[in-house]
Amino acid sequence: MDFSEVLKSTAFAEISLGNIFMFAIGFILLYLAIKKKYEPYLLLPIGFGTILANMPLGDIITDTGLIRIFYYGIQYEVIPPLVFLCVGAMTDFGPMIANPKTLLLGAGAQFGVYIAFFLSHAFGFSLAEACSIGIIGGADGPTTIFLTNAKAPHILGATAVSAYSYMALVPVIIPPVIKLLTSKEERMIVMKQLRPVSKLEKIVFPLVATMLICLLIPKATPLVGMLMFGNLLREAGVVDRLAKGAQEELMNIVTLLLGLAICFKLRAEDFLQVKVILIFGLGLLSFIFSVAGGIMLAKLMNLFLKEKINPMIGAAGLSAVPMSARVVQIEGQKANPRNFLLMHAMGPNVAGTIGTAIAAGLFLITV
Amino acid sequence: MALEQVLLPMVGKILKVNINVGDSVNEDDTIMTFESMKLEMPLMANIKGVVKEIKVQAGQTVEADQVVAVIEY
Repeated sequence: MDFSEVLKSTAFAEISLGNIFMFAIGFILLYLAIKKKYEPYLLLPIGFGTILANMPLGDIITDTGLIRIFYYGIQYEVIPPLVFLCVGAMTDFGPMIANPKTLLLGAGAQFGVYIAFFLSHAFGFSLAEACSIGIIGGADGPTTIFLTNAKAPHILGATAVSAYSYMALVPVIIPPVIKLLTSKEERMIVMKQLRPVSKLEKIVFPLVATMLICLLIPKATPLVGMLMFGNLLREAGVVDRLAKGAQEELMNIVTLLLGLAICFKLRAEDFLQVKVILIFGLGLLSFIFSVAGGIMLAKLMNLFLKEKINPMIGAAGLSAVPMSARVVQIEGQKANPRNFLLMHAMGPNVAGTIGTAIAAGLFLITV
Repeated sequence: MALEQVLLPMVGKILKVNINVGDSVNEDDTIMTFESMKLEMPLMANIKGVVKEIKVQAGQTVEADQVVAVIEY
């Protein structure tokens, strides 16, 4: 056997420029995850998976290939709702129940979703693509993947990576928007401690929310239904093993599968389009306008409220839980060292998760 | 002399106690650091005075509005 025959059996001759470019993207994502610790739980599997998915002759993205099979989990809308089940089991809706006004702020922070939707359409994206790009500004990975899969699966790689990258950048994106839109006095507003929420309220909440939201917006049922189911596991107090399993083992497993499955859409032929740069740009605008929407709505509410709210908590309507709430806490303490906004910001934060799922449901019905 | 109670504003875990009984503290001195939802935050003295009592230690989980220290002023 001569050397050229051996070389032919390897994949070296089949590597395209596109593959090389995607390898580079894979390595950049790995660098961001490992060195910069940007969303490492997602960007590390996505980075490595991107490299695997672009191996020529690798048999991993063919019809029976491993990553292709994982991708069925997204295609048949199994994995994102499962992530929501786990998120529900990890979420304490108490701060939102204690201060239901924060529900509005969670809705206000969907502003960017609609701005980016209209802008995307103006830039020549189809309506289906535009809503998938807009939803990036909800700062919710599973919802973005869920909606893009239903509407515009060919851009799923770009919307998912864009959503997760900007989520990692929440601490960089939120503070300048806060400073631009609020005065020092507003940032110093101290909010009264939240009232304690009873166990009964916490059990009733997921039930009422399920009945109300799923009947009102049936298309949001897989996401909202699973979110609330997970939350009931947590709050019921009788299935601690299941709640713990959802918070830890299941969450870890679905995170792994989700990260690798996305890579099916990170093949060179799918990912490398001029559109991708536009999608990243519009995704960032969507984030910024969502933060701005939450803050402006809080300021508007302050015109009518006797007990003022700190408008910064509106920024936490960006649902990246609990990162946006943490950023608000840090900025709040910078303005006033004795201001503790973390729990107040958790209200809009968890409301934002519901708000984004509802926005996705509305897109599925109307677009 | 009056007593001022320092409360933890939210449920959290005390990471570090920076004061001892008998220490003088100024308003806004960081007397403890605590962690809630994986975020580390400083807890400041709300008044200038002398530490009369410390009710928690590092590693302890504390409920919202629980007294963590008492300052005499």
